[in-house]
Amino acid sequence: MSRLSATLTILLVLGGAGLLAALNLLTTPASQFHVPVYVISLVGKYLCYAMLALAVDMVWGFAGILSLGHAAFFALGGYAMGMYLMREIGARGVYGNPLLPDFMVFLGWKQLPWYWQGMDHFAVAMLMVMLVPGLLALVFGWLAFRSRVTGVYLSIITQALTYALLLAFFRNDMGFGGNNGMTDFKDLLGIPLQAENTRVGLLLATAVFLCAQFLIARYVVTSRFGKVLIAVRDAESRTRFLGYRPENYKLFVFVLSAVMAGIGGALYVPQVGIINPSEFAPANSIEAVIWVAVGGRGTLVGAILGAVLVNLGKTYFTGALPELWLFALGGLFIFVTLLLPKGVIGLFAARRPRAKSEASVSAAQEIAG
Amino acid sequence: MRRISVLLLFVLLALVQPAFAQSAEEAYGLLGSGNFDQVRRGVETLAASGDARAATIIAALQNGKLFAATADHALYIKQDDGSFAAAATGKPAPDIAAGAVKPVRVNNAIRSAMDAALGALRLMAPDPATRAAAAEAVFHSHEPAALPALAKALAHETDPDVKLKLQQAQAAALLSSPDASEADRLAAVAVLADRGDQDSRSLLDGLSGQPPSVAQAAAAAIASIDRSLALWGILQSVYYGLSLGSVLLLAAAGLAITFGVMGVINMAHGEMVMIGAYTTFVVQQIIRASAPGLFGASLLIAVPMAFIVAGALGILIERSLIRWLYGRPLETLLATWGLSLVLQQVVRTIFGANNQDVGTPGWMGGSTMLGGITLTWNRNYIIIFAVLVLFALMAALRFTSLGLRMRAVTQNRRMAAAMGIRTPWIDALTFGLGSGVAGMAGVALSQIDNVSPNLGQSYIIDSFMVVVFGGVGNLWGTAVSALTLGIVNKFLEPVAGAVLGKIVVLVLLILFIQRKPRGLFPLKGRAVET
Repeated sequence: MSRLSATLTILLVLGGAGLLAALNLLTTPASQFHVPVYVISLVGKYLCYAMLALAVDMVWGFAGILSLGHAAFFALGGYAMGMYLMREIGARGVYGNPLLPDFMVFLGWKQLPWYWQGMDHFAVAMLMVMLVPGLLALVFGWLAFRSRVTGVYLSIITQALTYALLLAFFRNDMGFGGNNGMTDFKDLLGIPLQAENTRVGLLLATAVFLCAQFLIARYVVTSRFGKVLIAVRDAESRTRFLGYRPENYKLFVFVLSAVMAGIGGALYVPQVGIINPSEFAPANSIEAVIWVAVGGRGTLVGAILGAVLVNLGKTYFTGALPELWLFALGGLFIFVTLLLPKGVIGLFAARRPRAKSEASVSAAQEIAG
Repeated sequence: MRRISVLLLFVLLALVQPAFAQSAEEAYGLLGSGNFDQVRRGVETLAASGDARAATIIAALQNGKLFAATADHALYIKQDDGSFAAAATGKPAPDIAAGAVKPVRVNNAIRSAMDAALGALRLMAPDPATRAAAAEAVFHSHEPAALPALAKALAHETDPDVKLKLQQAQAAALLSSPDASEADRLAAVAVLADRGDQDSRSLLDGLSGQPPSVAQAAAAAIASIDRSLALWGILQSVYYGLSLGSVLLLAAAGLAITFGVMGVINMAHGEMVMIGAYTTFVVQQIIRASAPGLFGASLLIAVPMAFIVAGALGILIERSLIRWLYGRPLETLLATWGLSLVLQQVVRTIFGANNQDVGTPGWMGGSTMLGGITLTWNRNYIIIFAVLVLFALMAALRFTSLGLRMRAVTQNRRMAAAMGIRTPWIDALTFGLGSGVAGMAGVALSQIDNVSPNLGQSYIIDSFMVVVFGGVGNLWGTAVSALTLGIVNKFLEPVAGAVLGKIVVLVLLILFIQRKPRGLFPLKGRAVET
């Protein structure tokens, strides 16, 4: 990945978000350049998805781990943020209980479960946003990579993981609001969430975090560590015979990617205003994979591009032609895997021979298992 | 109140005892008297008289339809159309005006007497099923008042099953009666212990004021009933587990071919199952419209149809999509996932998003008892069907020339090609076979699950788990793993609840795959290290 394309990406993300923010704040609603607040939140949502796509690309594009459960980490980060936002509501809930969130009062709970303690502190909550997905990824990855579960088997058990979490979070006894999840958030750090300025601020924060994650990911994959990672992706056994420990490399990148997805989820929740168990649905994780495939697997820019493009399409289709959306999405899966293995970025790279060596993910190099 | 009425009844029975021989005439007089005590005696007398109209008259009294004339206390039964009929003969009495009669009023004591009397009358009914049901009702009420009637019925009973029920009812009533002998009580406890179900247990548990030896025997009987109930409970769980396992086996058998034998990750497998279920629906619609008499055979017709439809679709998918993706399992996974979305949406567009009503033929309804466990027929048939499908599949792979070619191609593709096998065709047919089996599974699942476009999605993760757990490329492994998962799931359910049980199974599976990444029965040799 050239320095140029990286700079361009950052300029585009920050500039785009900044432009939207300016068009919302500096114009009157009557102006034809005015950007309504729902667009601000929508773009904010896309950028959160882009973080998830970046996380998936880190493990799939660079380490050959096709995780079909990455949305679980995204949702866990979101739940940690949701817990903080629930505690922020305080006594303003429907039942007016200063300590317990509404759904616990409704279920007749008398005291706060231990895992909700301290979540009213922003710093603790943010630590949990990173810690919970990170720890889950650490335990899961340590078990899986150590026993050399690879390829399709790994994909299937990651899917089972998110499915198990989906079922678990549907239960009221878990203390996360069951089926309905958490919603009706009031404010974040004392700032009212419904205010337009807050929405714009969240979009800008999301853009900044996305750029930071992009730079970290770029640093990791272009470093010496990243070279070994790509070697693991293309020929795991050979890398092992050269004296490397592929499981350690995979584990590190898996945990890092889970934390990145968790942060994406945490920024997602205040912008959409709800978190519920359907975020754990296996279909969500697979959709995130297709964003990466559309944009261009193994290129970080492609992951961001794919997430934004596919979700733009989703917003358009589900609004204008709802019954066609699944045809379009399904067709996209088939089209991209059959005819566009390098994604949209691959189209550009093919025209510029200089960039070819950098976007070198070819489906033929896919490790078979 | 109830206890007092029972006591009263008992006293009363002693009074009525010599009245057995008295005619029904006297009973009619008592019923029309308007005095609660006399009406009660009337009910008893009537029941004991053996009069043919006794049951009708008491039932009418129970329903508030028995009327007595104010003038001569003659009894009339109000008909559904509002007219009256003479109680003794059942002949219409058109000259009776509504003002000339008033209803026979009852109190709780009379109600108890009526229940006991009707119960006693039914104990003598000509139909054995009615007699057995009446005995069972007495067993549950265990009113000592029924003892004489039971003794009478037992003397006449010839059917051994009904006789047993009567003896059990007698034992239950004896234990509740205040003046049975100790030996009778011990014998009654033994009868209840032999019956050994939850009802006898709670009856024995509720005993009080028994002699010490009887109480001791009852405690021992409760312990033995508990043991046998626990055993039957385990067997029932095993049965439910087998039933769930057979469903999993059906859903996974096709996948064991496409994923296990060919190595193709077909995420649209669940949609093949769904299409099989919709084929059943269409077959039934056609039968309902054109040949309703064939409805009982609709499932038998649907099985081959589903196999053909899903199999043909599978061949089409293999030729158009999957053959371009061999050797790229992760891409196959994504493309077939996309395909599954398209197929769901196609079905939703054609049939709508709602559940479709797939009927169950009569022969699949109902249940039967085997010892202490309940077997429902639709579960039984699904278990049988799963076993048949499994063996048919094994036989097809083992004994047919197509099966031979399939095995040759999966073991060594290039060598098979060199021997003249057209490997692309074998790939297509193998995939078609796996899809067709999935379609047949859909026919079975249409009987126990909602037939909606999402039907397949709920089985896809489970199916992959079954195949991976059992060991890829091994049909026996798939069968063992499906049954194991089904039984483990059903044993966890009472302990942990249905959802948590499923989560525990998933987590155990994830941990298991860490320990044995190649499943329970891995294929040995170099072929697995691709």
